[in-house]
Amino acid sequence: MALLEAEDVKAYYSTVQGYIRAVDGVDLSLQKGLTLGLAGESGCGKTTLMNTLMMNVKPPLHLMNGAILLDGKVISKMDRTTLKKNVWGVLVSTVPQSALNALMPTKRILDFVEDVITHHMNVSESEVLSMAKKRFEELNLPVEALYMYPHELSGGMKQRAVISISTLLNPKLLIVDEPTSALDVSTQKQVLKMLMDLRKAAIIESMVFVTHDIAVLRQIAERITIMYAGRVVELSSSEDILYSPKHPYTYNLINAVVTPEPEVRKRGLTSIPGEPPNLLDPPKGCRFHPRCTRAIGVCRSVEPPLVETGGGRLVACHLVSPGA
Amino acid sequence: MVLDVKDLKKVFTVGLLKRREIVAVNDVSFEVKTGEFLSLVGESGSGKTTTAKMVLKLLPPTSGSIMFEGKDVVGLKRLEELRWYWKQVHGIFQDPYASYSPLHKIDRILNQAFTLIGGSSSDRESMVKEALREVGLRPEDVLGKYPHELSGGQRQRIMVARCYMLRPKLILADEPISMIDASTRASVLQLFSRLREEYKTSVIFITHDLGLAYYVSDGIMIMYKGSIVEKGSPDEVMEHPQSSYTKRLREDVPLLYRKWAEF
Repeated sequence: MALLEAEDVKAYYSTVQGYIRAVDGVDLSLQKGLTLGLAGESGCGKTTLMNTLMMNVKPPLHLMNGAILLDGKVISKMDRTTLKKNVWGVLVSTVPQSALNALMPTKRILDFVEDVITHHMNVSESEVLSMAKKRFEELNLPVEALYMYPHELSGGMKQRAVISISTLLNPKLLIVDEPTSALDVSTQKQVLKMLMDLRKAAIIESMVFVTHDIAVLRQIAERITIMYAGRVVELSSSEDILYSPKHPYTYNLINAVVTPEPEVRKRGLTSIPGEPPNLLDPPKGCRFHPRCTRAIGVCRSVEPPLVETGGGRLVACHLVSPGA
Repeated sequence: MVLDVKDLKKVFTVGLLKRREIVAVNDVSFEVKTGEFLSLVGESGSGKTTTAKMVLKLLPPTSGSIMFEGKDVVGLKRLEELRWYWKQVHGIFQDPYASYSPLHKIDRILNQAFTLIGGSSSDRESMVKEALREVGLRPEDVLGKYPHELSGGQRQRIMVARCYMLRPKLILADEPISMIDASTRASVLQLFSRLREEYKTSVIFITHDLGLAYYVSDGIMIMYKGSIVEKGSPDEVMEHPQSSYTKRLREDVPLLYRKWAEF
């Protein structure tokens, strides 16, 4: 069963020059118990989509169209008060990109924990403390960290503390945005392991992991969504995306990743000519066509829909035939 | 040989009342051959940027020697000598924003490079434009703009364009592509290769990205807590690492075609 479903979601930023179409017709669904990776280059709309999926939409960002269903509830119709009370922190929680700077320097970690718990529950101080201790022990974090100020923690520790705070109320879905891009590889692995443990310990059910780093997604996500210029171009299992990418953009993106492996050296490194389009006025037809070496006539005029090509695989390209 | 670094050391003294010494770089020695691409890999705080700053003569070493084409670099003092050195050895920095003056348009930094090589002013415009096109930038998109109007990737590419104009013998590139999008990285890396083919330029890549180091370089040096703990060809370092730190690094770096076992 799907925990999260998005249908034809359009989220635009209003500016004096017009609308920036950051998310422009996205369909997405995420099954319970899975991790969905959301990948793409900077400016492709992945962070905007992530915010829209949890309805963290405030001007200049506007939800123009579409429906978002989370755990059977239509959250796209809810107002902010309802979202704050019944959705955020309880059903869906997030670790934003700037999480390392998200903690107020004059508060101890325990103060943040208290804020989150008492906002939703009527419990005493001692109960808060025991809940926090239990959770930190469960996730192999030192309990002493609760009494520390943010500056006393290392980058990796801070990130893990932020993750535990945002999952205190066992949200069904956790959305994380580039949680490891500022960390060293060994610390990165610890944070990724902790995210996996959250799912194993049934603290969360599913996860959306937003990043530009496909090698990280390979390790942690069962399914990967590739975004380009505000639209989903391909959604499939990580293996399919990696070993047999169907959309020309996916193919190029995978071939632009360098990891220390002989396969990568053998394969070489390719770059995509040109630059991503201006989202104030995206190109007609397929948004990738000005940079695509395989573009044909129809690509310039008709926007390709995201269609199932068999095996739970979705591709938006005129060159890929639908059906199994 | 272009560069010969021997027993380079940098000790920082911190604190006013309680003086404490921090050994940032500890007895680092390495050589760079003509046309060689070498990578200095380490995590933040390992001393790799401090090493680069000493080689670029932006920071005096506590002890040790740096020889460039047989000339002692540490002893260079006169402005003419320094100018000669900086014409041959060029740095590209991690945060290109800090390399630009926010008050001047980016044209200035390119024109300065042009003045440094002493070209005639009639060629200037065409040379600047050519260099920009080489790094995949449209001259009309960037010329006449201020640094804050450009993206991190664009600023990094302008630094590479500047390098392309100067044609130095040695480039120290500190995370030169960290802010450039994956799809344009390859073209910037190709530019370094072209400089090597055409002018036998050597490059020291200073990076935390083991993938980049493995892909582009002839040799990799792994730095940990101020010391070089491993040296070798990319394959030796990845397949038969000797130090425990390199072994850990190899296990922890996420790969594309292999999945971590314990997950």
